[in-house]
Amino acid sequence: MKTPELEKISCQVRRDIVRMVHAVQSGHPGGSLGCVEFLVALFFEKMTHKNEFNMDGENEDLFFLSNGHISPVLYSVLARSGYFNINELKTFRNIDSRLQGHPATKEKLPGIRIASGSLGQGLSVAIGACEAKKLNKDTKLVYCLCGDGELQEGQIWEALMYANAKKIDNLIMTVDLNKQQICGSTEEILSLGDLNKKITSFGWEIVEIEDGNEMYSVLNGINSAIELTKQKKPVCILLNTQMGFGVDFMMGSHKWHGIAPNDEQLEIALDQLEETLGDY
Amino acid sequence: MKKIELKDTRSGFGAGLLELGKANPNVVALCADLTGSLKMDAFEKEFPERFFQVGIAEANMMSIAAGLTIGGKIPFTGTFANFSTGRVFDQIRQSIAYSGKNVKICASHAGITLGEDGATHQILEDIGLMKMLPGMTVINTCDYNQTKQATIAIADHIGPVYLRFGRPKVPNFTPKNQPFIIGKGIKLKDGIDVSIFATGHLVWEAIEAAKKLKEKNVSAEIINITTIKPLDKKIILDSVKKTKCAVTAEEHQKLGGLGGSIAQLLSEEMPCPMEMIAVNDKFGESGKPNLLMKKYKLDSTNILKACEKVLLRK
Repeated sequence: MKTPELEKISCQVRRDIVRMVHAVQSGHPGGSLGCVEFLVALFFEKMTHKNEFNMDGENEDLFFLSNGHISPVLYSVLARSGYFNINELKTFRNIDSRLQGHPATKEKLPGIRIASGSLGQGLSVAIGACEAKKLNKDTKLVYCLCGDGELQEGQIWEALMYANAKKIDNLIMTVDLNKQQICGSTEEILSLGDLNKKITSFGWEIVEIEDGNEMYSVLNGINSAIELTKQKKPVCILLNTQMGFGVDFMMGSHKWHGIAPNDEQLEIALDQLEETLGDY
Repeated sequence: MKKIELKDTRSGFGAGLLELGKANPNVVALCADLTGSLKMDAFEKEFPERFFQVGIAEANMMSIAAGLTIGGKIPFTGTFANFSTGRVFDQIRQSIAYSGKNVKICASHAGITLGEDGATHQILEDIGLMKMLPGMTVINTCDYNQTKQATIAIADHIGPVYLRFGRPKVPNFTPKNQPFIIGKGIKLKDGIDVSIFATGHLVWEAIEAAKKLKEKNVSAEIINITTIKPLDKKIILDSVKKTKCAVTAEEHQKLGGLGGSIAQLLSEEMPCPMEMIAVNDKFGESGKPNLLMKKYKLDSTNILKACEKVLLRK
C-alpha cells in the first residue's frame, strides 16, 4: 500500500478515535491519536496477519499492546483492517461490548490475545510469544507497543534484560515517546533519562523514528527494525510522537491523556480530520 | 505395621513434571532461580530447549508464561509459594486469570513448614489470593504421590491452575498410582460423629487425630480436600448430613482459606457447628517445621481438641 493511502486510513482512524471517546464520554484520546501512523503502518503494510483470527497466531506476525489504555486506536485499526465490523466501534466501553475500556480476551474480540491495562506486562507477554514461536520453528515476528511513562514500571526492565540474555531476536518493541503521562511530562514526573543509551546498554538494537506522526518515516523505521532483527538481537523502536496529534487543541499536552471532548470540541476536531473512508 | 516412608511433596512435583515432559511436547517449564528447590533439575536436564531459566524476576516469569500459551504451549512456572502469588498477584490476575491463559502456577515451600527461613517466605495467604481469582483452580496436595499425580493431571485441564505443595519430608501414604481428579475430594475414613476436612500437610495430622478419637469412642470421617476450588460440594454435604458437624484443617490463614470456603458452603446449604484449624491472623516465624506446627496449633492434638469442642456444640 502506498504512503498516501495509508495516510488516508490514518485520517479515518483519527475520526474513529475522537468519535468513540466522545460517544461514551470516557477513554484515552491523546496517546491513541499519537500512535495512529505506527499502528496503521503495522496492520496495513508491515505485518503479515491472517484474516481469520486465531489465538495461537502460528505463522503470522503478532502484535501486543502493552499500554492498553490506548485501546481506541487499536480497536479502530483492527476493525478497519477487517478483524470485525466497523459498526462495532459504536459499542466502545458500553455494557455487553467486546470493546472493553482496556483490551480483554474474555469477550473474544478478534485481534486481542492478552488483556492489558495494568502497565508493564505486555513486553514480557510478547517475549513469551517469541519463545513459543521459536519452539514452533515459526519465523514470523512479534511486535509490542509500550508507552514511555510505562517504562517507569520495573517489570519492563526485567523483560529488557531477559530479551538480550536469552537472544530473543524475533521481537520488535516500540516505545511511544510522547513524553507525557497523566500528571504531567515524563521529565517532571520521573525522568526516563537517556532511553537510547539505557536500552542500548541492555544489549538491544535501537531504531529512532524522529517523527512518528509522519507515515513515510514510520514505514522506513519499521523496515530498519525488521532488518536489524537479523543481527540476532532484540530491536527497539523509539517512536517520537505527539500526544493528541491531528487535533490542534489536543496536541502536545498531557491534559488529553484520558478525557473526552464535549460536543463542541468534537465538531472542531472532526473539522480537522477528513472523512476518507466513511464513518462507522 | 509397615513403616511409612517420608518424602517431600516438591519431589513429587519434580517427578510429575519429568513424566509430563516425556509425554507431552507442549509442556514447558519456567523457573526463577530455584531449580533445585523446586526439583525441576531433571526436567531441565532432559528438555533444555523447553526449560526457561528467567532469573530472579517472577513478574517477568508469569507474563512470559502467559505469552507462551499463545502458540499452544502449556507452561509450568516454579518458585516458592510466596513468590508465586503475593509477589506477582497482578501479573496473574491480568495476564493469566483474566486473559484465561493455560498456565500452571506450581508453588513449593507453602506455609509455615518452610521452617527456618521465617515469615518473609512462609506465605499463609496464597490460597486466599488464588481462590478469589475468577476461573482459577486451586489445588493443595498432601504427599509425594498425590503431588506427582496432580502435576500430571493439571496438564490436561484447560485453564489456569494454582498447585500448592511444600518443603518438608512428610508421610507418603496415598496410593502410588491413584489418578488425581481435579475438584474431587477423597474420603480416607468413614465416620459418623464428626467430619474432618483437611488439605495439604494437615491431612496426615487429621489421620493421626482420628486414631486418638477412636480410642475415645469418637468416630471421625476424614476427607482429603485436594482441590479448594472448585470445591467438592457433594462430598462435603454428604458427610455433614451424616455427622452434623465439621472441623477443617489447613496450613494457611483462617481468613481466606479452606475453612472459609467450607463455612460459606455450609452456612448456605447445611448450617452446623464448625471449628477451624488454621493460623489465626498471625505471621509465622523461624523454627523447625514440627515445632512451628505445634506452636501454631496445626497438629493432630489440636485437630483432636477441635473435634471434641465441636461435638459439644452439636
